[in-house]
Amino acid sequence: MLDAKIPAGELNNKWTDYKGHCKLVNPANKRKLEVIVVGTGLAGASAAATLGELGYKVKTFCFQDSPRRAHSIAAQGGINAAKNYQNDGDSVFRLFYDTIKGGDYRAREGNVHRLSEVSGAIIDQCVAQGVPFAREYGGLLSNRSFGGTQVQRTFYAAGQTGQQLLIGAYQALERQISLGNVTQYSRHEMLDVVVIDGKTRGIIAKDLVTGKLERHFGHAVLLCTGGYGNVFYLSTNAMASNATAIWKAHRKGAFMGNPCFTQIHPTCIPVSGDHQSKLTLMSESLRNDGRIWVPKAKNDTRKAIDIPEEERDYYLERRYPAFGNLVPRDVASRAAKERCDEGYGVGSSKQAVYLDFSAAIVRYGKIEVSKQGLENITEDQIIVLGKEVVKEKYGNLFDMYEKITGENPYELPMRIYPAVHYTMGGLWVDYELMTTVPGLYALGEANFSDHGANRLGASALMQGLADGYFVIPYTIGNFLADEIYNKPITVDHPAFVEAEKTVSDRLNTLMNVKGKQSVESLHKRLGKIMWEKCGMARNAEGLKQAIVEIQQLKKEFWSDVKIPGEINEFNPELDKAGRVADFIELGELMCIDALNREESCGGHFREEHQTEEGEALRHDDKFMYVSTWESKGEHEWELHKEELKYDVIKPSQRNYK
Amino acid sequence: MEHYNMNLTLKVWRQKNKEDKGGFQTFQVKDISSEMSFLEMLDILNEQLINEGKDAIAFDHDCREGICGTCSLYINGKPHGEWKGNTTCQLHMRAFKDGETITIEPWRANAFPVIKDLVVDRSSFDRIIQAGGYVSVNTGNAMDGNCLPIDKNRADDSFAAAMCIGCGACVAACKNSSAMLFVSAKVSHLALLPQGEPEKRSRVMNMIAQMDKEGFGACTNTGACEATCPKEISLSNISRLNKEYLFASLTADK
Repeated sequence: MLDAKIPAGELNNKWTDYKGHCKLVNPANKRKLEVIVVGTGLAGASAAATLGELGYKVKTFCFQDSPRRAHSIAAQGGINAAKNYQNDGDSVFRLFYDTIKGGDYRAREGNVHRLSEVSGAIIDQCVAQGVPFAREYGGLLSNRSFGGTQVQRTFYAAGQTGQQLLIGAYQALERQISLGNVTQYSRHEMLDVVVIDGKTRGIIAKDLVTGKLERHFGHAVLLCTGGYGNVFYLSTNAMASNATAIWKAHRKGAFMGNPCFTQIHPTCIPVSGDHQSKLTLMSESLRNDGRIWVPKAKNDTRKAIDIPEEERDYYLERRYPAFGNLVPRDVASRAAKERCDEGYGVGSSKQAVYLDFSAAIVRYGKIEVSKQGLENITEDQIIVLGKEVVKEKYGNLFDMYEKITGENPYELPMRIYPAVHYTMGGLWVDYELMTTVPGLYALGEANFSDHGANRLGASALMQGLADGYFVIPYTIGNFLADEIYNKPITVDHPAFVEAEKTVSDRLNTLMNVKGKQSVESLHKRLGKIMWEKCGMARNAEGLKQAIVEIQQLKKEFWSDVKIPGEINEFNPELDKAGRVADFIELGELMCIDALNREESCGGHFREEHQTEEGEALRHDDKFMYVSTWESKGEHEWELHKEELKYDVIKPSQRNYK
Repeated sequence: MEHYNMNLTLKVWRQKNKEDKGGFQTFQVKDISSEMSFLEMLDILNEQLINEGKDAIAFDHDCREGICGTCSLYINGKPHGEWKGNTTCQLHMRAFKDGETITIEPWRANAFPVIKDLVVDRSSFDRIIQAGGYVSVNTGNAMDGNCLPIDKNRADDSFAAAMCIGCGACVAACKNSSAMLFVSAKVSHLALLPQGEPEKRSRVMNMIAQMDKEGFGACTNTGACEATCPKEISLSNISRLNKEYLFASLTADK
């Protein structure tokens, strides 16, 4: 019954053929068609701006005070594109291949090839908007390598690539607002989808400032609301990043795809205590120069600088000599966890490993000595020169580390530990980015489609902008072309009235629990269950326990949550309560999905399924499918399988040794 | 680094809504670790208030890594607190000593009305961008990215201006509540690039007009904005804006 609608024909021609044959909407009709875009990060802002340019009537919604604040802004490292500007052998096929392999053969060939095809146009578009990418002295765009690929295809703007791309999309969006094509609703949160006669017809949104509920009609609704890493409480996501929009859609009939596929990023600043509210990433680019190690002796309490070279275990270089410190994220994270679990961890919590730049500082210092033709140079002078080079490359990241930890990473190695960073899972969508509910679309991290079981570095920004600038403008026309016969539905329609009542009743129920536990404390408990039992390593017994514990937590939440303030005012605690209630339900489904997938692949590591050397062991004979879950009631889901077919690439065991 | 715990007195601005007059309330917090961030300290105060059956203090925050521009606050009279080139979310408690009293207020500016407690409305910044803070190029119009070589130094200067996070600290720091540093950062970002060239005159004129309309004050070159800016946006951007504005005024179509 699940039809991914992948066009027939050769992989190379699928997207071209699709574009050549999809339905079009003429300009006069576009003006009569209304599109709602929820979320204004890279996917949402780029989609809303582009649809506005095409002439559709667009409304955008974001819970932040401005579209520019969406969490895409925090992406540091870069954006991939198969431009082959470096003449180093890159091509559309290579980017496609690396993405499929990086995803451990759990993504669709058709979608990923399209992503790779449009990647170059994204860079062109961003340059035209005035995105100040890093450049070489000749004036042309600069590239760097990323995430263990063998070519340099990552475009960047220092350590703030996400910020610059989002500001580009935001400016394009604000321009459409000034032209009257888009209406912007900030500090608004979507709390339900309205479905009439099987089609999505609008949303119920809450004005977060007044607490008032609003009904908005749309011929189509685009959910561009990002990922759900905050189900773990501690993650690199922003504090208010949430799953509510996609979860409401799920409860209204949209299936969830691979919900348990979570990316744990290896290099984050470790937890410092129970007060910790979020975690901060240190860009993957640091692994180009930093060496990761722990002491060779267990429970070694000496300071890092007092541990001699021969007593250090550079475990990534030891285990993976071919890729060393540049193994993919899932592999690096598991290796750090293994060392800490065995008692080799460092710092007061023992849940950290070192990321050390001292060798890079000396290496760069010596290069400077040679470049500048200096003579009679002491070791100390070499180090001073080397530090300057490191500062130029990573200064902003080193500053961020020092602000948070109070330690100077030029003198002492950084302490790092893996943290939840991205969710590959999300709403199931077909090739047109439509969910299982007609007229309801999911773009960017909110959908499940392109990264399989593990996302490569610098690919999230690429996918968000591909979906918004270059995919949805075509695919939505294929749906809306048949909608020109349908006049806008009044928001007095019984379906709108009923949806608003459901939302209103739920808010009232939450306020009236008047229990003893704060939203934050319940969220922390959910996070602990998820991290310990559905985190970096999972097993059947733990997952079964987690499901029971989460069901229990849900009961506790609805009988004992305490929310201050009033319902008809600005009340961030009430907003947070609604989000945590949805996270609890989603957490249960994630555990069910992880339990069902009796194999290890990418970021999903089932302890029962590993090679003798402790690597992920896939079972392609049984699990070469997308796990797609249909909501059937409070704790009930039905599994549908979308079989994955590899026509061009032959899946094999990933090997980084 | 040695860690320590501290007890603090917090004087916090409370204001129920835009119409309410508002005033300070005093709270005590105990055993605050020097390793916490400033906002984590406020989280603890809010947990305390919720447990006591009181309303939590509303404050804006989101990414907590200094890039989204959502957090604000005057901390002891300084936007984003004492540390240089820093946002409130990145301020850590080792900046304070045991027994200290800390005063916390919302941004104060007519163009940033208070929504509740420490939360203000900065939508005026969006409207300034809508007035011209963009390049008018539709999706699909672009030529190859490398068809347009740009001098590296100019690109770097443009990037340095484009780093603005739109937090509003420049307005909060300015005795006139001027938004000149914010506006000049956007004008400079685009004026320094060839992509911004065709609209350079209308952009600066329209953005300045909108800034005035929103009720921001005039710039008197005190430099408080630059000293406060968490991204250390340079005052030289204001000089560039003035130059662009003068040029646009002199050459405008009458």
